[in-house]
Amino acid sequence: MTDAEKTIREYTGAKIRIMEVCGTHTHEIFRHGIRKLLPENIELITGPGCPVCVTPVDFIDEALWLAERGITVTTFGDLVRVPGSEKNLAAARSTGAKVKIVYSPLDAVAYAAENPCEQVVFLSVGFETTVPAACLAVEHAKKAGLKNFSLLTANKTMPEAYGVLAGSAEAFLYPGHVSVITGTSLYETLKQRGISGVVAGFAAEEIIRAISVIVENFKKGEPFFENCYPNVVKAEGNPAAVRVIERTMTACDSEWRGLGIIPKSGLKLNETYEAFDARLKFEMPEIKGRANPACRCGEVLRGDCRPYDCPLFGKLCNTENPVGACMVSSEGACSAYFKYGIGK
Amino acid sequence: MSELITLAHGAGGRKTSELIEKVFKKHFSNPNLTADDAAVLEFPGKKLAFTTDGFIVSPAEFPGGNIGKLSICGTVNDLSCMGAKPLYLSCAFVIEEGFPMETLERIAEAMEKTAAECGVQICAGDTKVAGRGQVDGVFITTTGIGLVDEEARPAGTKAKPGDKIIVTGDIGRHGCTILLARDEYGIEADVTSDCAPLWANVKAMLDVTKDIHVIRDATRGGAGTVLYEIAEQSGVGIRLDAARIPVRDDVKGVCGMLGLEPLYLACEGRLVVFAPAEHAEEIVSALRKVKNSEAAQIIGEVTDELPGRVVMKTEIGTETLLPAPGGELLPRIC
Repeated sequence: MTDAEKTIREYTGAKIRIMEVCGTHTHEIFRHGIRKLLPENIELITGPGCPVCVTPVDFIDEALWLAERGITVTTFGDLVRVPGSEKNLAAARSTGAKVKIVYSPLDAVAYAAENPCEQVVFLSVGFETTVPAACLAVEHAKKAGLKNFSLLTANKTMPEAYGVLAGSAEAFLYPGHVSVITGTSLYETLKQRGISGVVAGFAAEEIIRAISVIVENFKKGEPFFENCYPNVVKAEGNPAAVRVIERTMTACDSEWRGLGIIPKSGLKLNETYEAFDARLKFEMPEIKGRANPACRCGEVLRGDCRPYDCPLFGKLCNTENPVGACMVSSEGACSAYFKYGIGK
Repeated sequence: MSELITLAHGAGGRKTSELIEKVFKKHFSNPNLTADDAAVLEFPGKKLAFTTDGFIVSPAEFPGGNIGKLSICGTVNDLSCMGAKPLYLSCAFVIEEGFPMETLERIAEAMEKTAAECGVQICAGDTKVAGRGQVDGVFITTTGIGLVDEEARPAGTKAKPGDKIIVTGDIGRHGCTILLARDEYGIEADVTSDCAPLWANVKAMLDVTKDIHVIRDATRGGAGTVLYEIAEQSGVGIRLDAARIPVRDDVKGVCGMLGLEPLYLACEGRLVVFAPAEHAEEIVSALRKVKNSEAAQIIGEVTDELPGRVVMKTEIGTETLLPAPGGELLPRIC
């Protein structure tokens, strides 16, 4: 047994709820069976760190609105299966809508350049990790003089969300990927506001070590922050990535599935690039979606309930026929609980 | 709205099984139609194995092979998995208008070479040319007949608690090669397909013992899908040891970056074998002496716990379920 495992297994103090704020952490925790190492007084809660899961129904309906008007919708794979109010993008694709899976926003720009007769929209979702690539795509498109490329944005930033989630957990397992871009200074600010957490890597031993660091610090009774992923996450983050976001985007209020509208937690294209904003370009109406009222994804994302507490879990809602976004995404909490047989 | 076919119906997971059950088995059901890789048909004095398979792959040529080699290996291996020596194949081509003749020639050459490698004759065929855009390059369907070893009786329903589970080499390589060959990720790795005909490997096992319970080739859906199929068909549980599953480091790296599980990436030259424990080590030794199975390895065993599920012992010593297969393989978003 490693020292970190010993620290965790021998902890007998007050209950610690740790929220992982990164879908990849969630997945790795399940894949390695890390929950089975924890005593009862250490609880891991899955938070809103999956970009697909926090994207509201309205956004899928907006994408469908575009696809049904003959516009080519390009997207990361997971989004095609997220239900809109009535159907998802995969269903639209099987009836002839042009929905194309890409692996980088730059691929969508290249596609637009090769197909000048099509209007191409990239569905720009995701946190600080993926947004720089979408920003670069827009810069490339502008430089190339492309008139047939635009973004439908639902990008989000994490700092404001921690404030909303602060009461849900004693400490956060901060997202390694996002922290590579943002750096760690924001976590020092959160510490000053009484919010604790550590940045963790993704290998099993890195996650276990990060949990042990949380336990050790929690015992001291003071707010804390430690970077347990220092080889990859630097204090200053990635200034080039931050600069490209600042050049092309501006903060806006944003709706998070389950958390509602969080002021200044979103990003949209700034005035210089508004010609690449699909909402403006296609004069899109305001679209209000309707999620399945029985689906409790929202509460799962806030840590207020476990996936198996949802009446749909494992029955109407499963990985083959997902009702809620948390079951669709490979990084979603419901998907992880379902796939690894927890609560069944 | 009525249900439509989606890409997930062709991905080899639960949707594919549903499609087979709801449509094909409903209409085609007969005593010779089983869930195994080939039908075993009685003829006076002989048993013949009979199978067919369609091949679509993009790109048609990839490191380690092409669609022609693949189309021979797929059918040869389906026959081999029934303990049948492959004898004769037919092939049907659907070729897109505008397809380069020299590529077609390379494909045919690879087919001939691979068939010769395992002593098989390609003795019937068909050619159709479809209009541009109606197919993607070239589609090939191969049908094969093999002579069944009378004493060998592998079948998907025969796994028993106590059996050892063997894979004949590192897994996930073909799927990884195709992902990289499509050049959609901007990832470079020197990975080649494991595509290979495996009759010699099956024969080496049958020379050790005829009492091999299950032989399956891990194609679409990968070894993980085979394990779940067998767990379900035989009504048994499976326990795997993650540390013993052979995966090349570069395949592991690509999967790590994209959030994919190597166990669910297609192989085209790997068998998953369920054999009684007393023969397992000897089978592995025999396999290691034959080309394309030098890295054979016992990766787990059959249990009577959790029928229909596959439990994985992780690198940190805990146990977790191997998620069941399903849907299209989609890389994660970040």
